[in-house]
Amino acid sequence: MKKADFILIGIVAVIVIILLIALYATGGNSGNRVQIEVDSQVVETLPLDTDAEKIIKTEKGETNTIIIKDGKVSILQADCPDKICVHHRAISRTGESIICLPHKLVVSVTNDKNTENEIDAVA
Amino acid sequence: MKSNKVKKIALYGMLVALAFTFSYFESLIPFDFGIPGVKLGLANLVVVVALYIVSPAQAFSVAIIRILLASITFGNVYSLAYSLCGGILSFAVMLLARKTKLSVIGVSMLGGICHNIGQIAVAAIVMSTVRIVYYLPVLLVAGLVTGLLIGIVSKLIIDRLIKINKDA
Repeated sequence: MKKADFILIGIVAVIVIILLIALYATGGNSGNRVQIEVDSQVVETLPLDTDAEKIIKTEKGETNTIIIKDGKVSILQADCPDKICVHHRAISRTGESIICLPHKLVVSVTNDKNTENEIDAVA
Repeated sequence: MKSNKVKKIALYGMLVALAFTFSYFESLIPFDFGIPGVKLGLANLVVVVALYIVSPAQAFSVAIIRILLASITFGNVYSLAYSLCGGILSFAVMLLARKTKLSVIGVSMLGGICHNIGQIAVAAIVMSTVRIVYYLPVLLVAGLVTGLLIGIVSKLIIDRLIKINKDA
């Protein structure tokens, strides 16, 4: 490995650290709301501290089963072809998200502070 | 002259088949990190080596054909979009990176990172959400690490191939 390789590693490391600080230092660590979006529209907002199970159905009839348990949220079941969302580990911190690309579904953890700024899809 | 052309065709075919087989092999291994987009990128081994032993145009053909074949055979429309975008971006960057002071390993690392960036870009457009940027730190590191591993093996292969070529 040449010197230039190590410089590359160093640059990427710095970028990653900056990104981590920028993304996670704002808003604190543990979120308290779960936000579910389908095709960029917020369809559901649930509290993170209440155990719940919800089946989200898209217009095309595709389903994802979101489960909140012990302060963490994950996707229990989905009928998408790759099931990447199902295998994703449970999330619990603000900013983290589980995405089901085929269904254009985004499950994310937010803070009450943040959701205030976002437009509610449902009154 | 003619046998040279046949030789080259055979070589390109072999490279594509090799890359395709690597892709298939990788699809069999459940790489479960709980984070989407983290792959070993074994097929890139062939692309990186190709970049150093055949012409850029041919290496590009190998890369593209492999992506098309693999996605059609055991992928879906989405994997085609990501692989294509990631593959083209990483190839373009690696092509330029060859001219810099980076070694094969460095080029491969850069390629790995760009491959992931390309994939995330497609995902961001499809989802039209900026939230996906939270995956960037993980994917950058993953790209770097897999690129490093692929690069090390690529270098071993390239060094030996060049040596064999010289002795032949």
